[in-house]
Amino acid sequence: MKFRILVIDDSPTMRGLVTAALEPAGFEIHQAQDGVNGLDRLAAADPHLVITDINMPRLDGFGVIQGIRTGATNASVPILVLTTEAGGDLKDRARRSGATGWIVKPFDEARLISTINLVLGV
Amino acid sequence: MPQRDDLRAAFFEECEDLLAQMGDGLALMSDAADTPELETLHSVFRAVHSIKGGAGAFGLNGLVDFAHAFETVLDLMRSGRLSIGSTGMPTLLRAYDVLSDLVAAARDGVTEPSSMAAILVELDILADGGGADEEDIEFVPVPLDLSLPFASPVEPEPAPLGYMIAFAPSAALYLAGHEPAALLRALVRLGSARVIPDTDEVSPLAAFDPGSTALRWQLELSTCASRDEVDAILDTVSHLADVMIAPLVTHAAGMEEEASTQSRPSLPDQVPSEPGPIASLAMSNSDPVPVMEARVKGMDAAPASPIRGQPEATPVQMPVASTIRVNLDRVDRLINQIGELVIMEAMLSQAITNAQIEDGGDIANGLEGIKNLAASIQESVMSIRAQPLKPVFQRMQRITREAADATGKSVRLQTIGEGNEVDKTVIERLVDPLTHMIRNSVDHGIETAERRRSVGKPAEGLITLSAAHRSGRVIIDITDDGAGIDRARVRQIAEERGLVAPGAHLAPSDIDNLLFMPGFSSKEEVSALSGRGVGLDVVRREIQALGGRVTIQSVPGQGTTFTIALPLTLAVLEGMLIDVGGETMVLPLSSIVETMRPASVQVQYLGRAARMVASRGALIPIIDLAESFGFDPVGPLEQAILIIVEYDADRCVALAVNQIHDQRQVVIKSLEDNYGDVPGISAATILGDGRIALIIDPEEIVQSAAAESLALPHVANG
Repeated sequence: MKFRILVIDDSPTMRGLVTAALEPAGFEIHQAQDGVNGLDRLAAADPHLVITDINMPRLDGFGVIQGIRTGATNASVPILVLTTEAGGDLKDRARRSGATGWIVKPFDEARLISTINLVLGV
Repeated sequence: MPQRDDLRAAFFEECEDLLAQMGDGLALMSDAADTPELETLHSVFRAVHSIKGGAGAFGLNGLVDFAHAFETVLDLMRSGRLSIGSTGMPTLLRAYDVLSDLVAAARDGVTEPSSMAAILVELDILADGGGADEEDIEFVPVPLDLSLPFASPVEPEPAPLGYMIAFAPSAALYLAGHEPAALLRALVRLGSARVIPDTDEVSPLAAFDPGSTALRWQLELSTCASRDEVDAILDTVSHLADVMIAPLVTHAAGMEEEASTQSRPSLPDQVPSEPGPIASLAMSNSDPVPVMEARVKGMDAAPASPIRGQPEATPVQMPVASTIRVNLDRVDRLINQIGELVIMEAMLSQAITNAQIEDGGDIANGLEGIKNLAASIQESVMSIRAQPLKPVFQRMQRITREAADATGKSVRLQTIGEGNEVDKTVIERLVDPLTHMIRNSVDHGIETAERRRSVGKPAEGLITLSAAHRSGRVIIDITDDGAGIDRARVRQIAEERGLVAPGAHLAPSDIDNLLFMPGFSSKEEVSALSGRGVGLDVVRREIQALGGRVTIQSVPGQGTTFTIALPLTLAVLEGMLIDVGGETMVLPLSSIVETMRPASVQVQYLGRAARMVASRGALIPIIDLAESFGFDPVGPLEQAILIIVEYDADRCVALAVNQIHDQRQVVIKSLEDNYGDVPGISAATILGDGRIALIIDPEEIVQSAAAESLALPHVANG
């Protein structure tokens, strides 16, 4: 079975990079271009893992995390934050919102994959 | 990984969009530097942030560092810790310019611009004003913290407060001219909302009374805005509608306590308009029309609502920007094919005429239908190539800034009508002439601040760049509020350079037009800025090469306006079909002033060969078109037709031709690919009968005629 990952990022470049890194590793990637779109696609994508950016139009990453955690479906899906932000207070806030982990861009491909495997228990 | 190159290219494409988004935002911020809109700040911040993120992924460290410094300032501003006012704005604008340069440098693999260091310092100074933390850029992958459980949230943040609003407008509200949709939108702008139209009271169509009001709305508004803010929106109509506002308790079960006891988190980047945790129907404040969930009963027709409802069963889609990127080659191929279609249609039409099939029959009607369809397809395809002038106008902001800096003047550029669309090629080729004209306006038009003050003008000069569509052309005006053209000086320079005879009689507009003469500007006269060996004559040539025209108007003491008139497309042309020595040729309609069959009294002879025709009080030189193409001369002028064309601002010649056939739209086919530049000919077209007709370039005809010393006076119609 392929693990499904929903990647939420407003930058098509970043979505492309994550997809390029993860698809060859055997993951099925679904994309959303902002927070609102991400929540919209959550049920349909039914992901095993969500990777979200923080700074996005319409609904930011914190909103996404809260939306997923308080939503009707997939409320307990692991959520990784992938962002250029590295501030401690932001990490703290993401953690309190229900994020599973925090990865700083630019990411190292091998590391990203190993992190994901760890979260998915592969 | 080959994919990576594609991604790299995609990143730079994305950067273009992001930079454009930034340009828009910064322009808005310039207009209100003291109180920038939060959403504008967010959007500019996000753009820089995305550039930084992508740049980091591709190892573009210079770009990352610069974007980071820029972002720091913007972040302080959006979190309210820094107010830069109007004094800091130039730094942000320059930083934007540098960022654009850095992106371009990274894309083209050239060295980074030298201006970067200075702007970095300026940004740091700005950031210090906001007490930026000296936080190092952390760009190493950070190991994941897996000490957290996967289960649902440890401490979910409290949901922002919201309101449940019931809104039932009375008939009087509509009569007073209020628009419920606008009110709902205003409310939605406070946060995010679910708008539910209540159509229970709407009667079936048979019993429908247009004068009564039955439609009501319920709004679940999730917002951090105060009750006062909500009231303020509804106050204006509160006497015209039943309004009920109740606090929205919670979004999810089990959070009531927290929502009521915990105060809102006050993290630095928390902003009042940040949307809360809303389910899939959440909408943002930038959406033009609220997404609706309608309960329509008993009938399929939409209720008498200003907003169309959607049946509950269909999933509600968020509006997504519906654009695709298409390779330009494909569009051009389509345009070429449409050109062929138009030609085929003309040939078919010719064949039907030749076969003497009467009008009004099935075949003729069918052809008419094809004709109309072809015309509308052609129009649609042309509109694909049409693009707004905005990016070009936006670039001019930077040109103005740089020119103002270089000359030590204070100048502002105002742009109007930048949404007007023109063919992509026209837009691309407009950049150079516009750049030159803007520099020219800053350098020669706008006075120094002291001088402006001494004549009672505001110290800051104003250049207005405006575009408008007029009779199938786009008109671009570049207006400055400077000193106007110093005609005595222009005349003096022109006389010194031998462009006009000393003491010649010249009207003010003639003197102004001297600026466009080749050889008018010279090195010692032009300043460091616009003196790049390019004169306004080059600008005029470039505009004319686009099938356009440039004119100048100046009022001493009040300023100068350059007006550029351009065709909307370079693919088709309105032309007059003429007979020149037995050949069918096309003359662009845009250059034709009038046509006449001269009476003998009107023709005057100067010397052996030169002939002039008197028309409307002016003497206009005549050029025998057939002769200039090397055919047999047209012959006695009484049997010829004279077409008076304007080849330059206010300058005309009369082209003698054998006959005029027709006037029609022709598809332009370039000759240059196969034949190089043919003097006097701009392009070719294919006629309905399949023959090829050459399209005449009147200006080149005049030039070659002048070169053959056909004695064309400089000012023919003074």
